[in-house]
Amino acid sequence: MEVGLWSGYVWPGLVILGQTLLLTIVLLIALAFLLYMDRKVWAAVQIRRGPNVVGPFGLLQSFADFLKFVLKEIVVPAGADKPIFLLAPLLSFIFALIAWAVIPFNFGWVISDLNVGVLYVLAISSLGVYGIIMGGWASNSKYPFLGSMRSAAQMVSYEVSIGFVIVCVLLMVGSLNMTDIVMAQQGFGLMGWFFWKQPVMFVVFFISALAETNRPPFDLPEAESELVAGYQVEYSSTPYLLFMVGEYLNIVLMCAMTSILFLGGWLSPIPGLPDGVLWMAGKMVFVFFMFAMVKAIVPRYRYDQLMRLGWKIFLPLSLAFVVLTAGFMKTFDIQPWTMSDEAREIGRAVEVSHGR
Amino acid sequence: MALQAVAFYLFALVAVVAALLVVFARNPVHSVLWLILTFFSAAGLFVLMGAEFLAMLLVIVYVGAVMVLFLFVVMMLDVDFAALRGRVAEYFPIGALIGVILLVQFVMGFAAWSEGAAHRAAAATPTPADLPNAHAIGMVLYTQYVYAFQAAGLVLLVAMIGAIALTLRHREGIKRQDPLAQIHRTREEAMEILDVKSGEGLQETRS
Repeated sequence: MEVGLWSGYVWPGLVILGQTLLLTIVLLIALAFLLYMDRKVWAAVQIRRGPNVVGPFGLLQSFADFLKFVLKEIVVPAGADKPIFLLAPLLSFIFALIAWAVIPFNFGWVISDLNVGVLYVLAISSLGVYGIIMGGWASNSKYPFLGSMRSAAQMVSYEVSIGFVIVCVLLMVGSLNMTDIVMAQQGFGLMGWFFWKQPVMFVVFFISALAETNRPPFDLPEAESELVAGYQVEYSSTPYLLFMVGEYLNIVLMCAMTSILFLGGWLSPIPGLPDGVLWMAGKMVFVFFMFAMVKAIVPRYRYDQLMRLGWKIFLPLSLAFVVLTAGFMKTFDIQPWTMSDEAREIGRAVEVSHGR
Repeated sequence: MALQAVAFYLFALVAVVAALLVVFARNPVHSVLWLILTFFSAAGLFVLMGAEFLAMLLVIVYVGAVMVLFLFVVMMLDVDFAALRGRVAEYFPIGALIGVILLVQFVMGFAAWSEGAAHRAAAATPTPADLPNAHAIGMVLYTQYVYAFQAAGLVLLVAMIGAIALTLRHREGIKRQDPLAQIHRTREEAMEILDVKSGEGLQETRS
């Protein structure tokens, strides 16, 4: 099969580049306002006003912060391992960004509709820890190193239960593809969502997502009261900005994952209303609001409590639910969604089974 | 196909160069970081072969978990690296021997592989005709190879129990938290109201 250089490589390449740029720009601008929302929610809980100076209602605060970060001087400590010190925030930012390639915002609105989409997100988010470890080690200072040690242990621990929660969902879907996961949640409005089928796993996933993204109450890697600011103590200016944006991108990614796995992605919760990207965005903002509320109202965990929760409660619980879900489906002879008639109707199962 | 070839040579080149740098890097932490890059390139090669499931597992298990712990061990070791490097010559013969053995094995494997089409037809293909490879692996792993799979699980379980048994020490006098007991503490058992007389303190009332 002969394809021309233009139609075979250049044009698809340009299309992918355009999609990627669009996604990145939309994501980063949305992130600026989510940051603003985070601070506003936090302020409202504490009966403060929050950012209210730059722009109307302080809406442009994040952009002012961005300018300030970019214009400051980059300070590299004398004892630091310079290449790794500067590579760490870059890695952290890039890994946070590339995971978005497989997140579908609407049917077909995805840069790469991978067969192993869920595993890809899991793999990339498990790589995010390298930015933190490298930053902590390269700073050549005690607090950053302690912070990065905590972070690594924490992320490795909670990844295990996140993995099992995802397995529970995958058992019902029968596919690792993100679009399939959302399409499997079709039903009478919000009644089809996996939230109703796996409410316990939803809670476990939400809390593990908090821990995985170093979000309060699990922000021990950067606990101000013990470690100053953990792995980012020595960072200033743009490298710090990259760390922070990377962290927030991961948080929003977890919001997107929660919406896709449990809240029906772009599917409309009310029967009759059209599905679409706005539902997906709305659900992500809602989950982000819950993240912000948790940050505002829950005090920080102690480190041993964090490990106890991860290994002694979440791991056995999620493992039990994997067995329970599989056993239930086997006993009552429930087929995963990709084997169902609806799946064949929209051609997903056929498409999937032919490898595309 | 040209794009695939370019991608293959890119991943292969990065893998080989990174693997060389694992050995030649001066700082062992840099060595581990290069090793991570090697694994990552290997995952890329898996994807090119159509084994995307294995690639993701490689990244999740080795890069995401095993190497993190490895990196920590190396970071926390306080070894005199200059002294270690001085002894490279000592270990060179045994290293070279292992290298030669590996090379011979590879050559024998490839020679047998390229001998005839019959071998190639009998060999495992990464993607059976019309299945995504997560399905394909599941179909053989839990049916044909279920005993081998269970045995591998048992071996890992034994290793885990062994590691825990070797390192777990019960020391006296360690305070452990019991959240349930903390929650169910009542006011009566938690506090005691004393009538302290002025100038006498608590010496007599406290036994």
